[in-house]
Amino acid sequence: MSQIENRRHIGRGPDHQEYGGRRIREPLQEMRPLKTRPKQPLPAPSDWTFELIEQYHDVIRLTAERYDLDTYANQLEIITAEQMMDAYASVGMPVNYRHWSYGKEFISTERNYKRGQMGLAYEIVINSDPCIAYLMEENTMAMQALVIAHACYGHNSFFKGNYLFRMWTDASSIIDYLVYAKNFVADCEERHGMEAVEQLLDSCHALMNHGVDRYRRPAKLSLAQERARLHDREAYAQQQINDLWRTLPRRADKEADAQGARRFPEEPQENLLYFIEKNAPLLEPWQREVVRIVRKIAQYFYPQRQTQVMNEGWATFWHHRLLNQMYDDGYLTDGMMIEWLKSHTNVIAQPPMANLNPYALGFAMYADIKRICEKPSDEDRRWFPDIAGAPWLPTLNHAMRNFKDESFIGQYLSPNLMREFRLFSIIDDEKEKEYEISAIHDDAGYQHVREALSRQYDLSTREPNIQVWNVNLRGDRSLTLRHTQHMDRPLHDSAQEVLKHVARLWGFGVHMESVNGKGDVTRRWNVPAPAH
Amino acid sequence: MSLQQIIDRRLAGKNKSIGNRERFLRRHKEQVREAVRRAVDGRGIRDMEKGEDVHIPKRDLSEPVFGHGEGGVREVVRPGNTEHVRGDRIAKPPGGGGQGQGGGQASDSGEGDDDFVFHLSKEEFMQVFFDDLALPNLQRTQLADTPEWKSHRAGFTSDGTPTNLHVVRSMRGALGRRIALSASARRELRECETRLALLKHEGEELPLVRSAIAETEARIQALRQRIRNIPFLDPIDLRFRSRVRVPVPTSRAVMFCLMDVSGSMDEARKDLAKRFFILLYLFLTRHYEKIEVVFIRHHTQAQEVDEQNFFHATETGGTVVSSALVLMEEIIRARYSPSEWNIYGAQASDGDNWHHDSGRCRELLTDKLLPLCRYFAYVQVAEAEQNLWEEYSKLVGEVPHFAMRKAIENSEIYPVFRDLFRKEGAKS
Repeated sequence: MSQIENRRHIGRGPDHQEYGGRRIREPLQEMRPLKTRPKQPLPAPSDWTFELIEQYHDVIRLTAERYDLDTYANQLEIITAEQMMDAYASVGMPVNYRHWSYGKEFISTERNYKRGQMGLAYEIVINSDPCIAYLMEENTMAMQALVIAHACYGHNSFFKGNYLFRMWTDASSIIDYLVYAKNFVADCEERHGMEAVEQLLDSCHALMNHGVDRYRRPAKLSLAQERARLHDREAYAQQQINDLWRTLPRRADKEADAQGARRFPEEPQENLLYFIEKNAPLLEPWQREVVRIVRKIAQYFYPQRQTQVMNEGWATFWHHRLLNQMYDDGYLTDGMMIEWLKSHTNVIAQPPMANLNPYALGFAMYADIKRICEKPSDEDRRWFPDIAGAPWLPTLNHAMRNFKDESFIGQYLSPNLMREFRLFSIIDDEKEKEYEISAIHDDAGYQHVREALSRQYDLSTREPNIQVWNVNLRGDRSLTLRHTQHMDRPLHDSAQEVLKHVARLWGFGVHMESVNGKGDVTRRWNVPAPAH
Repeated sequence: MSLQQIIDRRLAGKNKSIGNRERFLRRHKEQVREAVRRAVDGRGIRDMEKGEDVHIPKRDLSEPVFGHGEGGVREVVRPGNTEHVRGDRIAKPPGGGGQGQGGGQASDSGEGDDDFVFHLSKEEFMQVFFDDLALPNLQRTQLADTPEWKSHRAGFTSDGTPTNLHVVRSMRGALGRRIALSASARRELRECETRLALLKHEGEELPLVRSAIAETEARIQALRQRIRNIPFLDPIDLRFRSRVRVPVPTSRAVMFCLMDVSGSMDEARKDLAKRFFILLYLFLTRHYEKIEVVFIRHHTQAQEVDEQNFFHATETGGTVVSSALVLMEEIIRARYSPSEWNIYGAQASDGDNWHHDSGRCRELLTDKLLPLCRYFAYVQVAEAEQNLWEEYSKLVGEVPHFAMRKAIENSEIYPVFRDLFRKEGAKS
C-alpha cells in the first residue's frame, strides 16, 4: 500500500516562509505608534449602517496593523437570524452536502431559538481565504465592532498563523472543495438513491473522529487537480483492492510462509476511514469517494478541535486589546466601551466547579503571558526564565503559532493563573469508593495540576484509541479493531452501534477487542457481516 | 478598500437547509406518520389543515460515535476550589459513576432525555396525511360547479324596468338633449331679438321699418314656440341600471355525516369512516366558502350530535339505518333549504341493518333525500354484503348523483373517494 501513501505527498510543499525557511520579516517587537489622534470619537448610535461598519472596520484594521496581526483578507457578510441558523445547521460552513443530521440540527436550533432558550452566536467565522465572517443583522453597532475585532482579526490571524491550521487545512480551497463535495453527493443521490447515500454518510459520520491523519501532512490540492485525480484514483484503488483479494491459487510452498508471515495491515492503522476507503473489499468507487469526502472534512475540522482554548482565547484577547487601544486612542465613546465590555464579561464568565470555559481560560492565559513579559514576579522568573521580561508581542505570537491546547497549557499555564482560577484536580477511580483530590493550587501541586489539565485537552485521551488491528485475509475477511484503554477506561455503550456502521462499510464481519494497560483483552464485540 | 468588503446577504434567501429538513422527515417517516395518524384521530374534521408537533424519542436520533464510558481511572481539573486540600477524599454520589464530573461527554448529553420535538408545517402535514391515503399528490380534484347565480351591476342600459330607473342619469341626458336640439333655434332667436331692438331704435314711423318689426316679432314668436315644443323628458333619455347575472361557483354547502355507531362499528371502522368524512370535507372546502357539517349518528334511533360524540362515544345495540335518513330529511326541511344550500350526504356503515328496514332506506333515499341532495355517497367499511348493500345497489345507475363503495383499509379510502366523485367531476 505504500505507493498510495507516497502519492499523497504530491502537491505544494511548505513554502519558503515556513518550517525553517527564512522569514522575510522580523516579528514586530512592540506596537507601532498612532500617527494622528482623531479629533472626535467615531459616531456611536446603537443601530449600525454599512457606512458605520466600514468606518469602524477601517479603524480596527489600522489598529490591528499596528500590532502586526497577519490575516487573510476579510469578507464581512451581513446575515439574518434565520440564515445564521442555516449556517449552524451545516456545521458553520456556507455550503455543505445534504444530510438529515443537519436537518435535525437546524430544527433543534430553530426551536430553541424561537422559545428564547438560547441566543445565537454573534458571529461565525470560516477558515477560508478570504476569511468569511458572518455578522448578524440583530447586533448593535458595538456588537458589530466587537465581532469584527474578534473574528476578522482574532480568529483570522489564528487561522493563518497556527501551525496546525497551516499543516492540515487549506484555506484557499476549502469552499471549492465543499462545493465539489455537495455536488458529488447530490449526484450520487440521483444515481444511487437517497437511501443508499444516507446510510453511507451515517456510517462515515460515526467514524468521523477516527478518520483523521494525526501525523502525516497531506498534500494541498486545488479543485481542478482534485477532479483530475478522481478518475485516476478510483481506477487505481479498485485495482489495489482486487489485488488484495485475489483468489487465484498460489503455489503451495509460498502459501505456507505467506500464511505465517503476512499480516494485514502490517502495522496497526489509526485512520479508520482512510483504511476503509483504500481497502474495503465491496465498496463501489463512488462510495469510496464519499468516504474520502467525509474524511477530508473531518481533517479540515481536526485543528479546530485541538485548539479550542487557544483559538477562542486568542480572538478574545485581541478584541479586548484592539478595542481598548481604540478607546485609548480616542476612537470609541464610553457608551460603546460599556456595551461591548458587558458582552465580553459574559463571554469569559467562569462558574466555579463547572467545566472550564475555553474563552475564559484562553483569554486569561494570553493576558497572563503578557503580564509575565511586562511585569514578571520572582515566581514567574523561576517558572518562565525565557519569557519573563521579553517583549510581549513576539512572545504571544510565538505562543499562538507553535502550540495546540495540550502543549500550550503544558508550556504556559502559570502558578499565578492556577491560583486565580483556584484549579484543582480530582481522581475518579472506579475501584475506589471516594474521589481523591490529587493536587490543588499550591507549591506542591502546580506541576501536577498543569500536567493534568494539559492531558485533559489532549484529543488522544479524550477520544478512545481505536486502531485497525487485523484483517482475516484467508478466511471470512472479517476486520478486527483494537481499542487500547487509556487508564482502564472502557468504551461507551454506543460502541456496538458504531461497529454496525463499520460492518456496513467493510461489508464483512467486524470484531473489536478492548485491551487494558496490562495487555489483557477485557471485552470483545462482534458484529456479523451485513446482509448483502 | 479592495482588501475588505461587506456583503449584504440578507436577501440571499434563507431555507438553505430545507433539503436537510426533507431528508430528516424522510428518515423519520414512521414517527411522522404516527403523529399525523394520532392528530387525525384527535382533531375535528374541520381543523384538519394545520401543522402538528411531532415527538421523536432522542435515542432514535442518536448518531453513535466511539466514546469513553463510565469507569476506569479519570483525572479531571476543575476551577473554583475553596475548601479542599491535597489528599482530601470526597464520597461519590450514590448510583455508581461520577456524573457531573464527566470531562468529555458532558456536552453531548446536556439536554436531558426529553423527546426531540419539532413542528410539522401545514403543508407537510397534509402531504403526510394524503400520503397515508395513497393519494397521488393531488388534493384539488374538481367537483362540478354549482349553478348558482348572483346579479351584478354592469353599467347602464336604455331599457329596463322602472324600478331600475336612474333618475340623475336620465335627467342629465334630457338636459343635454334639450340643449342640443334647441341650439340653432336659440341662436336665431338671439339674432332676431337684437335685430328687433335695432329696428325699434331706428323708429317705428317708417312703414318699411314697421313691417320689418312685425316680421321679426312673428319670427321670434315662432322660434319661442319651437323651443317650447322640445320635450322636457323623452323616452330616449331614460337610463336604467343594468344588472347581469353571473354564475358564482362558491357559496354555502352543508355536509351531512351519517354513521352507524352500533356495537359492530369498532374503532378501526370508525377511523376509516372518519377519514372518508375528512376527505369529503377537504374537497368541499376547495369549493365552498362556507360549509356546515351536521353529524348524525344512529343505532336504532338517530341523533344529531357534536363531532366529539360522533366519533368517540360508543353505543351498542341494533341498527335501524332509516332513522338517520329520516332525521336528515327533517333537518334539511327545518334548516337547510335546498334553494340556498348545496347539500351533500355521506353515509358510512358496516352494512348491518335490521333486515326489514333496508327497503325503506332505499325508498327514503329515492323519494325524499336524493332530490334534495347534490350528491350522496355511501361507504361500507366492511366486506360482507348484506341487505342494505343489496338495496342500495339498486339505486346505482338509476340515480346519477348516488354512489357507493366499499373500503376496508386506510389506503383504499382515497381511491374509493376518487371513484365516487369521478362522475361528478367529469361533467364539469
